[in-house]
Amino acid sequence: MSVNTQEDRAAAREPVPGPPPGGRPRGGSSPRGRTPIWNWRTAQNAKGASLSFPFLAGFTLFVIVPVAMALRESVYTTRSTGGLGFGGETVSFAGLDNFADGFVDGSFWSGMFRVFLYALIVVPLTQVLSLALALLLDAARRRAAARFRVALLLPYMVPGIVATMVWIYQYSPVVGPLTPFFAFFGLDVNFFSSSMVWVSMGNLAVWSALGFTMLILYGALQSVPHEIFEAARLDGASELRIAWSIKVPFVRGSLVLTSLLSIIGTLQLFDQPLLFRAVTPETITRDFTPAMMIYDQAFQVGNLNYATALSVILALVVGVASAIIYRFINREEP
Amino acid sequence: MSDTTLAPDAAADGTTRLPVRRRRRRTEEYSSVAEARGSSRWVVLGVLVALTLYAVGPLWWLVVAATKSRRELYTTNGLWFSEFNLWENLATLFTYQDGIFGRWLWNTVVYAGLGSLGLTLVALAAGYGIAKYRYRGRGLTMGLIIGSFLIPGSLMIVPSFILFVQLGLYDTMWAMILPGMFGSFSVYLAKVYAEGAMPSELMEAARIDGAGEYRIFFSMGLRLMSTAGATIFLLHFVASWNTFMWPLVFLKGVEKWPVMLGMYSWLQRGIDSTVDLTSLVVTGSLVSTIPMVVLMIAMQRYWRSGVTIGSLK
Repeated sequence: MSVNTQEDRAAAREPVPGPPPGGRPRGGSSPRGRTPIWNWRTAQNAKGASLSFPFLAGFTLFVIVPVAMALRESVYTTRSTGGLGFGGETVSFAGLDNFADGFVDGSFWSGMFRVFLYALIVVPLTQVLSLALALLLDAARRRAAARFRVALLLPYMVPGIVATMVWIYQYSPVVGPLTPFFAFFGLDVNFFSSSMVWVSMGNLAVWSALGFTMLILYGALQSVPHEIFEAARLDGASELRIAWSIKVPFVRGSLVLTSLLSIIGTLQLFDQPLLFRAVTPETITRDFTPAMMIYDQAFQVGNLNYATALSVILALVVGVASAIIYRFINREEP
Repeated sequence: MSDTTLAPDAAADGTTRLPVRRRRRRTEEYSSVAEARGSSRWVVLGVLVALTLYAVGPLWWLVVAATKSRRELYTTNGLWFSEFNLWENLATLFTYQDGIFGRWLWNTVVYAGLGSLGLTLVALAAGYGIAKYRYRGRGLTMGLIIGSFLIPGSLMIVPSFILFVQLGLYDTMWAMILPGMFGSFSVYLAKVYAEGAMPSELMEAARIDGAGEYRIFFSMGLRLMSTAGATIFLLHFVASWNTFMWPLVFLKGVEKWPVMLGMYSWLQRGIDSTVDLTSLVVTGSLVSTIPMVVLMIAMQRYWRSGVTIGSLK
């Protein structure tokens, strides 16, 4: 449909009015010749273009201008003048000083290291579990699968902040059921200790992402033409073999997409650690993740220029990481 | 030969959204797929049940905990009911600090509602314009849209703060509503949908009947694109209901907060002061989650199609 439409349009735009494919004799029957028709089309298309003006205006103001400001702010530095808090502030050009500071900022990069390590464990874990879940659903009876699917999707429907708070309460030694549960087996687990807090947050991340990732992978599995399975079965392939050699390669594209999305999200981790910080401020420091450090620099310390430079660095890291992962996963394709 | 065998399948794939068709296709597949038998079937079922319990367990705890009084929350088994105290909890929740929670809930509805309505109109118009007209700059617009997918959200927050202070939007409701109205992903979604749902022949017919381009969009385009509109509205409504960092940065006044930020402030205070707000946070979490779950289950068709288009991009 869309292809036809584009062809219609392309044909209608041509300066020599042939017989219109839509079957409406406009070009031929018009006595005014070709130039007026062209103008008339242009006017029509200009009106169509104007439909996108509200979006373009808002997009310019709320996306392009902030990005440009980010680049501008990050090369300036602001100092308050005239001691005792009087007087204004001087803004001076600092070149790449903010970036130079950012690139050697120990706490920023240790935060970056933390989220990288965390992403390296949590993202593959989520993908593998979701894939297993999608394959299991695919193997279950269809009607049962539909019921399980809604239940498994419930965590996706819960607002992220609520999910984090609910898990904080699960971990809480006071109100949560998990501490007594582990105590029953003789284990004394403190979910908020510095060694456990990553496991606690990782579990929360897996819980939140499992259903959604499973849904995308399950959807991809449904579109595999099942003649292939028939053929594989005739050749004597086991169900496990079919799952590994046919189904998994078929959903590779969806795996790339969901991995990329979760890597991008994880590198910018902010909400969850901030909420955990409300409970364990001694474990979760205020520069625990890069995004938390940016927030802290901008709105607690008040160094907007430096915070902007750090945001640009974070954006670069996110971009480079996504490109590498995209390349890495796509290269393995047979 | 291969065409004739593939064609019916492709048709079935295209119509999986229709419930009747889907059920029939599933049954066919179910009979043709040699599904897990005997013991392995029980293993499949067992693992599924275990993971479902994992997914639902914490939510079950939330529902149970919301029905308990402040004292029982700490003393009784978290996974089963004791005295039913939900109504008292709700009354406390909505009367605490002159009903600030109701105010937060209302703010959330206003921000999410107005923002989503604006976004839906803006995105449908832009997507329709890009899909159905050929003009100079169209390629550039698409380039901007696709390019903006690569901008991470954390890059925007600090410069947006500086900009909003200059524009006088800081600490106003417009800081919550306006920026969300120009989401490029929604325009992309609308464009993809308009290409399929808006026949050019129909537009030509309307032109011959004397309708102007705007009239065609407002009286036909909007109606034919209502599915895409519902998807865009729903996805943004849910996203802005759940948003946290944006109001944390842009809203100073307590009475302007949305519900998620409000509950965060309770979580913080409930732990570092003498007032115990845990019970309020638990009940508030349940109250603010139920609308989302109901909405998402009721409108599965829409957000799933949005997710599918998203995963094709």
